[in-house]
Amino acid sequence: MKPINPNRRHEMARGASLMLLFLMAILALSFFRAQVIRGSSWSLQSDSNRLRVLSVPAPRGTVFDRFGRIVADNVPSYSVALFPASVDSIAASLVRLAPILNLSDERIEALLESFRMSRQRPLFVKMNAPFEEIVALEELRAEFPGIFLEMRPRRRYVGGEALGHVMGYVGEVSMAELESLEFAGYEQGMIVGKDGLERQYEDGLQGVNGVRFVEVDAVGRIVGSFEGQAASSALPGTDLHLNLDLELMHFIHRIFPTSMRGAVVALDVETGGVLALYSAPSFDPNDFVGGIDRAIWDALNTDPANPLFNRAVVGRYPPASTWKLASAAIALELGVVSPNERMPVPCTGSYRFQNVVRRCWNANGHGSLDMAGAIAHSCNVYFYQLGVRIGLERLVREGNRLGFTERCGVDLPRESAGEFPDGLDWWERRFGARPYENEVLSLVIGQGPNSQTPLKMAQFYLALARDGSAPAPRLSRPAEGEEPEIAWTLNLSPASLATLRDGLRQVTEVGGTAFYSTLEHWDLIGKTGTAQGGVEQESPHAWFTGMAGPWGGEPEIVIVVIVEEVGEGQGGSSVSAPIAAKAADFHLRRKYGMETTEIQTLREHLEAGVPAPWARWQPRGQIPEGG
Amino acid sequence: MTDLHQWVRDPPLFALALSLSLFGVAMIYSAGVLNVPSPIVQGAWVRQFVWLLISLVAFFVITRIESRWIEWAAIPIFVMAVIFLAATFAVGTGAGTAAGTRSWLQIGPMRFQPAELAKLAGILGLAKLLASRESPPGSLRDIVAPAALVAVPLGLVVLQPDLGTALAFVGILFAALFWAGTPLLVLCLLASPGVALILSFDTRVWSIYFLLLIAALYLVRYRVYLVESVVVILANLAAGTIAAPAWASLAQYQKNRLLVFLDPGMDPRGAGWNLIQSKVAIGSGGLFGKGFTEGTQKRFNFLPEQHTDFIFSVVGEELGFFGVMVAITLFAALLLRLVRLAERSADPFAGIVLFGIFGAWLVHIFVNVGMTIGIVPITGIPLPFVSYGGTFLLTCWVLVAVAARVAREE
Repeated sequence: MKPINPNRRHEMARGASLMLLFLMAILALSFFRAQVIRGSSWSLQSDSNRLRVLSVPAPRGTVFDRFGRIVADNVPSYSVALFPASVDSIAASLVRLAPILNLSDERIEALLESFRMSRQRPLFVKMNAPFEEIVALEELRAEFPGIFLEMRPRRRYVGGEALGHVMGYVGEVSMAELESLEFAGYEQGMIVGKDGLERQYEDGLQGVNGVRFVEVDAVGRIVGSFEGQAASSALPGTDLHLNLDLELMHFIHRIFPTSMRGAVVALDVETGGVLALYSAPSFDPNDFVGGIDRAIWDALNTDPANPLFNRAVVGRYPPASTWKLASAAIALELGVVSPNERMPVPCTGSYRFQNVVRRCWNANGHGSLDMAGAIAHSCNVYFYQLGVRIGLERLVREGNRLGFTERCGVDLPRESAGEFPDGLDWWERRFGARPYENEVLSLVIGQGPNSQTPLKMAQFYLALARDGSAPAPRLSRPAEGEEPEIAWTLNLSPASLATLRDGLRQVTEVGGTAFYSTLEHWDLIGKTGTAQGGVEQESPHAWFTGMAGPWGGEPEIVIVVIVEEVGEGQGGSSVSAPIAAKAADFHLRRKYGMETTEIQTLREHLEAGVPAPWARWQPRGQIPEGG
Repeated sequence: MTDLHQWVRDPPLFALALSLSLFGVAMIYSAGVLNVPSPIVQGAWVRQFVWLLISLVAFFVITRIESRWIEWAAIPIFVMAVIFLAATFAVGTGAGTAAGTRSWLQIGPMRFQPAELAKLAGILGLAKLLASRESPPGSLRDIVAPAALVAVPLGLVVLQPDLGTALAFVGILFAALFWAGTPLLVLCLLASPGVALILSFDTRVWSIYFLLLIAALYLVRYRVYLVESVVVILANLAAGTIAAPAWASLAQYQKNRLLVFLDPGMDPRGAGWNLIQSKVAIGSGGLFGKGFTEGTQKRFNFLPEQHTDFIFSVVGEELGFFGVMVAITLFAALLLRLVRLAERSADPFAGIVLFGIFGAWLVHIFVNVGMTIGIVPITGIPLPFVSYGGTFLLTCWVLVAVAARVAREE
């Protein structure tokens, strides 16, 4: 390039200089505004003061039941925190705070440990401090530099013990959780869902913490809030609307026999929504808020009844006779039997197949039965023959299709999957050999390698109560217009379904095992079951799996009850069926605007001497004698 | 006087660079005075001083080299810099406050940032390319070659990722093209896709800008080729539409830095916290500051990266507006000196080199100082001569030496 003309150079140099001076002037003016005019509110009240950033905890979302009643909400509470400082000075502060806040040496150690993990963050010494402690600290404030008291929302479980297992509880986020990916972005001192719905819907319920800035003096006392940076307010968590019925939960909690263990699951037939999900014994989640008391925690953990164990979705029990409906449905689906067909071998108390003799529970035999009758009498011999017709392979395959090896997909953490062979190689993996065909004799009557959660059995009976389709049970209410997702479907004709329900109805008719649990206004049908067999089990578990609705109408509520180790002479008919009947009555009466009463089942009427003119003492059809 | 000229070539330039370097050592010393001392920051000023001595040696060596050798070395240096930059992707390491990126190369006990060498290489390469032209670039087509030359190191630096240095390359390109005589209109057209990229975060603003751009192109239709207009429009359209995916491809920390520029409260514990603390420190400095080493925000460790990227916050807190103005004046004088030297150089190569250095430093100074007060997004770019960093100081002095050398080759 030719040398540039000096005039042109001069012109360009002037242009560049002007631009440079313009940019430098922008910088100078910015600093002038910040430092001299101090018009920007960035300056602190005193130059030795410092700025601290504090969280404004977001209130967790409120939880409502299906009628809009509050299940869990928030109330104000105070917490005590320390500004970050050197570990030594934090330790010294903690020791001096100990007598006022009743801090144990262990707790101080744990607090110091958590402070070492995040030294830039305020350390929360005590959440939900009682009012007296707050007052005491306020008075001694000058002696405790670096301390600040903060009002935070505190979780309150209106449902209390009745909803312990469903709601779960909240607690301070643990060190292990902070390191996990799931809790990325969480900070020490935050309150998170630990179990139940609180855990399941943590993301939505949590909300977004706000931020505020405070100015502290040289020794760490708050002298005022900082105006320079607008505080961002907390975004409350999203509210959660449940299918659950709070009053039904309270009712079940009240009527479930104290000192007994078990579970109750009630589903809404129309949507598959969970109306009630109860596990006994329960716990009060309010005890966990703000750190559970050591004594209560130890008591919960050492209680042999294991109150923290959610029997409804984590507990698994041999389904026993309640599973016979699954066998019957599978047989009808496959077309190996017609509803009115009687099995060739009448029940004489036992059945021989491939040199194996299997007994019926009734040694006297049931005689010749059709399917409804076999269900009504729970006749093993009928079902043995049904099992042989289905065949082991097909029974296992269909059992898998109906989800007996899977979770139902309820919106709760830690649901157990059912235990059921996932194929014929299941026996090979477990016992190293192909199964004998006679394994089908156990499986078809709900015995053998089969144990299911009460929730899973409820889902199966839900399909029987509907048109054969089974949605995944859900605790949270889906958005408006959202159809429940169908997990699987029984391909049964209305006539076949009617046969199965007919069998269930005979159970609650005169002569049936659950006759004394019948109700005045509602058609309660169902199956009792007696689960024998666990090694550590002292006496059988009692099942009742059924459904109820208005007389002459479709079922509207599916209800499953299991009571563990009911004791000799007790069973599904005497313990579980009445609970199911009372819960169904309570639900349906309120649904139809009727008054609820304490005397509900036929047995209660008889015992209380209240006339029950509605009782159907006449058998509808010919039912052979039996138990 | 003649001896001094003989030794330092351009005494004003040398004096300004030395003053700023010593000012930097002092500020790094102060940055290490903390209530809870950090051994790394505490000894930093000594290391910086040693690096200053090394830099001065380099300065005297380079100012002995004849200018035509420097011109001759432009292409080999450029090739070497690109190779080193590419090597960082294979064997690069992080270091110090930039531990997250892989922008360092370790050779024996030495560790250096190829991006610094690339700045020198880019300046020399551009000057060589532009000076070899018959006439000044007059159209967009004429600046394809220089833009492509800068795009190579710029692209590699962006991939590292080092947005600050990438911005410096943009400064170098525009300043060099300017001194090469490129019409302002062409420079504006070159810059327009960048503007579109920034404005595309609001579709309405971008649409208005886009319509204005088309109107402007219509007004200047006799001075711009039709093909160029089409290319400019397409480039603006592309910049407007790739903004969203480009944004998505940024690392979260980069996004946060840009977002907190708009709202420091957005990430008050991360990037926003740095900015808030920096502003508080500067604001509390007042007219005359809290006194050298006396900054309370700094002492309590509230300032992030106080000896590197945020050293100007310490200046603001301890020396006040007065100190800030002294520093800004020194920088302005340094840059004006480069302009003056270019004005006096008839040789296009010398002038373009001087302007390339001018462009690089202008970006460094404006972005670094601007980010401490919140008028520019935080980009992690050091302050020439003042921020702690051995190879960075050395590069600055190599550039001073090159500037002094080429300027005096009349």
